[in-house]
Amino acid sequence: MPAMEVITHVNYWAAIILASTGLYAVIARTNLIKKLIGLSLFQTSVFLLFITVGKVSNATAPILSDLHQVYSNPLPHVLILTAIVVSVSTLAVGLALTIVIKKEFGSVEEDELEALQDSQTKEAKLALESDRE
Amino acid sequence: MITNHLSILLVVLPLLAAPVCVLLKHHTIAWAFSTLISWSLFAISILLLIHVLEFGSISYHLGGWAPPFGIEYRLDTLNAFLLLIVTAITAIITPYALKSVAAEISAKRHNLFYAVYLLSITGFLGIISTGDVFNIYVFMEISSLASYVLISLGSSRDATVSAFRYLIIGTIGATFLLIGIGLLYMMTGTLNITDLSERILLSPDMRPIFAAFAFITVGIFIKLALFPLHIWLPNAYTYAPSIISAYLAAIATKVAAYLLLRFVFTLFGKDFAFNEIPLMEILLSLSLLAIIIGSSVAAFQNDLKRLFAYSSIGQIGYLCVGISFASVTGLTGAIVHMFNHAVMKGGIFLAIGYLVYSTGSSDLRTLNGIGRKMPYTTAALVIGGLGLIGIPGTSGFVSKWYLVQAALEADLWPVAIIILLGSLLALIYVGRVIEAAYFQPVPEEDLFQPNAQWQMIVPIWLLISASIYFGIHTDITIPIAENAAQLLVGLEP
Amino acid sequence: MNTSSLILASLALPIAGAIILYALGRFPTLRNSIPLITSCSLFALVSILTIEVMDGNVPEISLFNFAPGLPFAFKIEPLGALFALLSSFLWIVTTVYSIGYLSANHEKNRVRYHTFFCLSLTSSIGIAFAGNMLTLFFFYEVLTLCTYPLVTHSGTDAARRGGRRYLIVLLSTSIALLLLAILWTWVATGTLTFKNGGILSEHVSSSAIAILFVLYIFGIGKAALIPFHGWLPAAMVAPAPVSALLHAVAVVKAGVFTVVKVIIYIFGLDVLRDQASSDWLLYVAGATILIASLLALRQMDLKRRLAYSTVSQLSYIIIGATMANSYALMGSTLHIAMHGFAKITLFFCAGAIFTVTKKTRIDELDGIGKQMPFTMGAFAVGSFALIGLPPFAGAWSKYYLVLGTLQENSYPLLALLLVSSLLNAFYFLPIVVRAFFPLKDKNGTSANKISEAPILMLVAIMITTLGCFVLFAYPDFLFNLLYPLIEN
Repeated sequence: MPAMEVITHVNYWAAIILASTGLYAVIARTNLIKKLIGLSLFQTSVFLLFITVGKVSNATAPILSDLHQVYSNPLPHVLILTAIVVSVSTLAVGLALTIVIKKEFGSVEEDELEALQDSQTKEAKLALESDRE
Repeated sequence: MITNHLSILLVVLPLLAAPVCVLLKHHTIAWAFSTLISWSLFAISILLLIHVLEFGSISYHLGGWAPPFGIEYRLDTLNAFLLLIVTAITAIITPYALKSVAAEISAKRHNLFYAVYLLSITGFLGIISTGDVFNIYVFMEISSLASYVLISLGSSRDATVSAFRYLIIGTIGATFLLIGIGLLYMMTGTLNITDLSERILLSPDMRPIFAAFAFITVGIFIKLALFPLHIWLPNAYTYAPSIISAYLAAIATKVAAYLLLRFVFTLFGKDFAFNEIPLMEILLSLSLLAIIIGSSVAAFQNDLKRLFAYSSIGQIGYLCVGISFASVTGLTGAIVHMFNHAVMKGGIFLAIGYLVYSTGSSDLRTLNGIGRKMPYTTAALVIGGLGLIGIPGTSGFVSKWYLVQAALEADLWPVAIIILLGSLLALIYVGRVIEAAYFQPVPEEDLFQPNAQWQMIVPIWLLISASIYFGIHTDITIPIAENAAQLLVGLEP
Repeated sequence: MNTSSLILASLALPIAGAIILYALGRFPTLRNSIPLITSCSLFALVSILTIEVMDGNVPEISLFNFAPGLPFAFKIEPLGALFALLSSFLWIVTTVYSIGYLSANHEKNRVRYHTFFCLSLTSSIGIAFAGNMLTLFFFYEVLTLCTYPLVTHSGTDAARRGGRRYLIVLLSTSIALLLLAILWTWVATGTLTFKNGGILSEHVSSSAIAILFVLYIFGIGKAALIPFHGWLPAAMVAPAPVSALLHAVAVVKAGVFTVVKVIIYIFGLDVLRDQASSDWLLYVAGATILIASLLALRQMDLKRRLAYSTVSQLSYIIIGATMANSYALMGSTLHIAMHGFAKITLFFCAGAIFTVTKKTRIDELDGIGKQMPFTMGAFAVGSFALIGLPPFAGAWSKYYLVLGTLQENSYPLLALLLVSSLLNAFYFLPIVVRAFFPLKDKNGTSANKISEAPILMLVAIMITTLGCFVLFAYPDFLFNLLYPLIEN
């Protein structure tokens, strides 16, 4: 039944929704911090996907024991630990860059940044042209 | 004893050297240390290449754990050649850094610069050497993060914004790669490339495999800056410090192209990638667009670095055209173009860096008449440009020869013509540089300060002479490229 | 010393000359003597090799491979020997002329000038001696690049524009058309080595041969076939000695030489005749002859008129090769030498006139014969030679070309040759006549005393004028050299 499928696949649905939300935030939001948040959301959705597929039905935690035969897969957890470190480092670099941008430009909004950037190059151009005259 | 572990040493050495660099406070000592490391890496990769050419692939088991459970570092002709390219470029560029970085970054942060630089080298070398897909993701993120930081250190304040935008796009790309790897793992239960290549076709449901293929290739296209996912590249190359522009232009996209080859041919296999999925049509159309648009937009740029950044977008198109043919000739052309373009573009960006060092500007309008003030460096720039056009005698001609030959062998006439038209477009933008440098009068505000720096001149001429040498003597690069191509396609070399 | 090393020596020599010149060119004596020594030695080497060829030997050498099965190789056959001999001899004369011209006009950057001249000559010799199409293409492109700094020598805006057109036309045709044709040949036949009788016929269908022929011929932009002739008038911004040697001899002859070589050694004369794939070339070359002559009539700038005349004369050579019978072929290959001497004389005279009077336009040249009798006398000789009048050089080549058209029973072609000779007369003779017999006494020529060109330039002019006579009186040398080519 379709409803059963949705329930058993709830982890995939969650991952997709989170990923779409995150990507939307990255693309649609102009504030740099919000972009970073979206990026983190996107990455988290992938982590969710990985970890949830590690669960085996009727399996226990992956700690050796005499009472159980079936264990969940520990490998995705290990992989995602690494991926989380990567994600945190990315977030750290991104935030550091945002701080520097704020210091240099005075704004963390993309559209304002674009104006400041272009005007900077336009200023340089105008300066050159006026020098020539 | 050590020689058994050379493959891992290539990655461990710069990884350990990076924190040591942080501790070396004095900028010259940090530079000297990095140079020493880069030269040792070059020596190691030569040894590895010789070993692979004589004895076949090297398989190194990390920690002694056998694959497919342990992580395997697998070096065949393709990796070994690419390792050589990356370490050679690094070895030539790092001595250049002493003066170039000094001009653009404040002295007390040099040790941090070199630390991050070594980390990015670690990342690239790791991507190339490893035989485990998750390892690829990790190293890719190491190298990307280091690149973002390095780009943001440029002297213009636009550098930070360019780095940020690159961070956003690059992380999305890497996450796509991660999704693809996850899907593959779900269907096969393994992360080892060789093991995956055997198990993929036995997977019970092929739909996740198709999805994985899509995610992985799009993620790689972002890193490769293949049109239309190239938007991050021009700004990143323009505002980065000059040496980082040279470094990234010569290396970063080649490593991404290597990933494309590895995933498409070794992991998924040529039959799956080209027969089940219309990869050839997709890749071919995108790369032809890259060639035409990249080279055309380059002609309109006033900033030298941005001009050659767009030129790089076009050249990446050539790489992908060769890959899309999936024939031995096409792949040979693509692989040898990796080498040739790394040498040419590295030399060009180093020359531009020297121009920036001497005049403070990379804008063509301020560099009017520079050919008379700095004749040798401008000559180096022009020779590199001739290579991009594909004049016989330069290494660019060798790549074009093989690419057009591959197009003709595949009966794809329009493609052959477009490849040659790309050369004519390159003629336009190189011609612009020549005319600005030699024919325009020097502007009144002459910014030129003569200051011959041997550490900068020698690397420029090493790379430019290499671009000529390997354009005439192809007996080193072509057999290796052909060997690698044959292995990829599945023939016995 | 075996012939293989002589071939390498003849290529290495001008390169060495260029390097030494660039290093030591600050000293004026060295700057003048090094090109002279280099050119004379080169001529000596080429002569030795030519004698070898006339004895029936085939000097050749194969160097390292560019691609598997594709070496850089040199192999001298009669046509190549002729081209090399012509270029190297005229280089000596042009060097003498250049030294005079550069100092009389106080030109700057003389070291750069001579250096790139040496490199251009290296490329010409490379083209002449090439044993396969790859080697030829390599030196063909290098020639374009080495001549660019010479064309744009003056560094002015006009020079830049002229140089731009030069580079664009030549590189576009060679990369987009010629390289495509070469790679197609390589993929289809697996070889690019020149072979008498062609290498294509067994491997390629006849429609493919027709298309390939179009690609090759239009790809050889240096042959100045319409519509790819525009670079030649544009290159007239160059100093006169550059126009003289390169654009009357080396570059343009490299173009027609390549065309003839492709016709004979890649396609094969019989193949082209049998398949009639080359008939269109007769029309295009014929149109070039006529159109270029008509355009020449309209040019008021002397060098541009000479340039259009060259465009027209080059197509004589192409038509002769396309007619492909032994008379036509002899006429066309002879014309390579005859036109070379005649045109270089004319360009030398144009440069001399410019040096002495600073005049470049034809309507300013009234009565100049009184001021510069030797120069204008030489100009007259060169004109007569090009028109095809005995006892001057061009007579033999015209004669054989006419015989060739008769052998084909092609009266249109015969008419074309005669009409174009007439047009030649129309655009050259008035210059000569008005120089000596001005229509009215214009104030520009009030100086009735002789004020000739500097001595070095005069010497060069006299040598080439003498050559026009000698080639007529003693053509046997050329006949003997070229006969083996014809009889195959």
